[in-house]
Amino acid sequence: MNKILSLGRKLDLRHGRVDLSHGAGGRAMARLIADVFHAAFDNDWLRAGNDQSAFDVAGGRMVMTTDAYVVSPLFFPGGDIGLLAVNGTINDIAMAGAKPLYMSASFVIEEGFPLADLQRIAQSMGEASRAAGVPIITGDTKVVERGKADGVFISTACVGAAQIELSLSGDKARPRDAILLSGSIGDHGVAVMSRRENLCFETDVLSDTVALHELVAAMVAAGGPSIRAMRDPTRGGLAATLNEIANQSRVGARIDEAALPIKPQVAAACELLGLDPLNVANEGKLIAIVAPEAAEATLAAMRAHRLGAQAARIGEIVEDDCCFVQMRTTFGGDRIVDWLSGEQLPRIC
Amino acid sequence: MKHLDEYRDGGLARGLAARIHSEAKPGRAYAFMEFCGGHTHAVSRYGVQDILPENIRLIHGPGCPVCVLPIGRIDQAIELAKNPEITLCVYGDLMRVPGSNGASLTKAKAGGADIRMIYSTLDAISVAEREPQREIVFFAIGFETTTPPTAMAIRLAQKKRLRNFSVFCNHVLTPAAMRQILETSDPQSLPLDGFIGPAHVSTIIGTAPYDAFAGEFRKPIVIAGFEPLDVVQAILMLVRQVNDGRAEAENEYIRAVTPDGNRIAQAEIADIFELRESFEWRGLGEIPKSALRLREAYRDYDAERRFSMERRVARDNPACECGAILRGVKQPRDCKLFGTACTPETPMGACMVSSEGSCAAYWAYGRFRASQRRAAE
Repeated sequence: MNKILSLGRKLDLRHGRVDLSHGAGGRAMARLIADVFHAAFDNDWLRAGNDQSAFDVAGGRMVMTTDAYVVSPLFFPGGDIGLLAVNGTINDIAMAGAKPLYMSASFVIEEGFPLADLQRIAQSMGEASRAAGVPIITGDTKVVERGKADGVFISTACVGAAQIELSLSGDKARPRDAILLSGSIGDHGVAVMSRRENLCFETDVLSDTVALHELVAAMVAAGGPSIRAMRDPTRGGLAATLNEIANQSRVGARIDEAALPIKPQVAAACELLGLDPLNVANEGKLIAIVAPEAAEATLAAMRAHRLGAQAARIGEIVEDDCCFVQMRTTFGGDRIVDWLSGEQLPRIC
Repeated sequence: MKHLDEYRDGGLARGLAARIHSEAKPGRAYAFMEFCGGHTHAVSRYGVQDILPENIRLIHGPGCPVCVLPIGRIDQAIELAKNPEITLCVYGDLMRVPGSNGASLTKAKAGGADIRMIYSTLDAISVAEREPQREIVFFAIGFETTTPPTAMAIRLAQKKRLRNFSVFCNHVLTPAAMRQILETSDPQSLPLDGFIGPAHVSTIIGTAPYDAFAGEFRKPIVIAGFEPLDVVQAILMLVRQVNDGRAEAENEYIRAVTPDGNRIAQAEIADIFELRESFEWRGLGEIPKSALRLREAYRDYDAERRFSMERRVARDNPACECGAILRGVKQPRDCKLFGTACTPETPMGACMVSSEGSCAAYWAYGRFRASQRRAAE
């Protein structure tokens, strides 16, 4: 109690705004950290009040990742930048087949940013990290002048532990491996676009942002070392992810359009905007490259989990020196699924 | 999706393809140009070529407005956007189009120019209303399809008495380009048996303008929608015309296109725009009476007059074969630059600029066919 009193006047979390003093290292900053971040992330490490946190590790393979989040708008149907930061970072660890353990979060906040929005973002991060069982144990706060950032940017890091016999990697795909996809594609990108300032359209599509480590654990239990690679198709969508793996492994991939789960609302929005769902971002889906003998067992484990109920075997890895990703279209022809050239831009006709 | 899936039905496609296989004469080659980028897109995206007989070749025509916009016009737009008082509103796929010396609107934006990507001309009007202290210029581009929305924006600006809105007009006309291709090509070297005619353009101009081509140039034309079944159906209709020795303008896209087109849109266009004497098309050169500009009565809304924009002429790389490719005389792989200096990441010529250009489509699709053939051998 005394500690809080010593931090001076309480923050006006309803109407207040972040100002430069909140990043200046004085009382105002301490107050912001205590009232917004510690309150939301609440754990023993943060309560200790140090610039770093210590934890013990078991012997074995450690996995580490770092990520940055700059999404616009900050709040979108089905989530916000904070939720995205926690889930996305956890997923990067999970894609190594690893168990995420601890994470960090740093905030670059623009002067004038509403404290209520900051609190809302912090609370959704706190809830997500508790739900995932991955505490945020250290962090940092900076405030920059108005115009030098877009509301708030979040940077994270996460460490996890993997079984020593697992070494998932994008360069391990082999011809005849199955390509498994955990659920519908394009939801996140469409949900975010539906709230873009110059693009508002009505849709009931929600972002699919979710932490996938429990689904991964179920898959690893079923498929073990037969799982060669896993990746979450975020920016660039399924098309970019498959091309990455094909190039890393020097193989081709062949997928079947009819097997791809795409929600009708997502397909309609993409149609309207001239976008291809294969290029649209996801934040709660994964693809797995699995040796053919373990493919069905892994798929069954995915489908038994709530985050993989719509999982599908969408194709297979093939020999191809050109590393093409091909798709048999529902129409009956074949096409190449290429990387995007530059940013995905809508077509005018 | 209702009203779309019906036109993408693989079963119906197989039925139509079987008819094309049985009716196309094995002893002859058929070459049809799909004029529009929308058709090219459908052909690539759904793999239409795969279900057609080997002796039917599709030539990707110049109907991608981004591709045929000359470099000089991009240079002019970049120059305009560098004016600190001006906000340039553009459709998204113009952003990456290369101007002279590797410049582009994307790079100009990164360099500080106020360039905003919009989805509708109404967005540009909103920006002009919200920011009355700034000059808002809409970079208007496209065929007859996108001209009415530009006309509507000008009309709206007039009604709202907006003093800070103008249009950099680059609207071009489809029939003029088709005529140019037919008139300037040597009939011996141009292996063209007919056209798949524009879809959305024809909803505005109707089917009547195409009768002249069928009559004068003896080339069959089938106006077709942008869905893959539309394209396959149109190919069947073209094969039948060729086999019968007919050259008619037929309409496959009857669910949207009428003989007269959209008369309200036509009247609005005629009121606001007039023909330019001549306009440069990237890859095709100067084409007389092929583009629109604002009439004198609307000069306040004409960015070219308002900002005294000077004409820029910039040449494509001399090794670029886009002109011959757009006419169907050469294939992308005949060009020295294709796949080496010229790729979708670093487009040198018109046909590589947009994903609908013939070289870009071949890059994404034809390379794969070539690799399939190699694998089969």
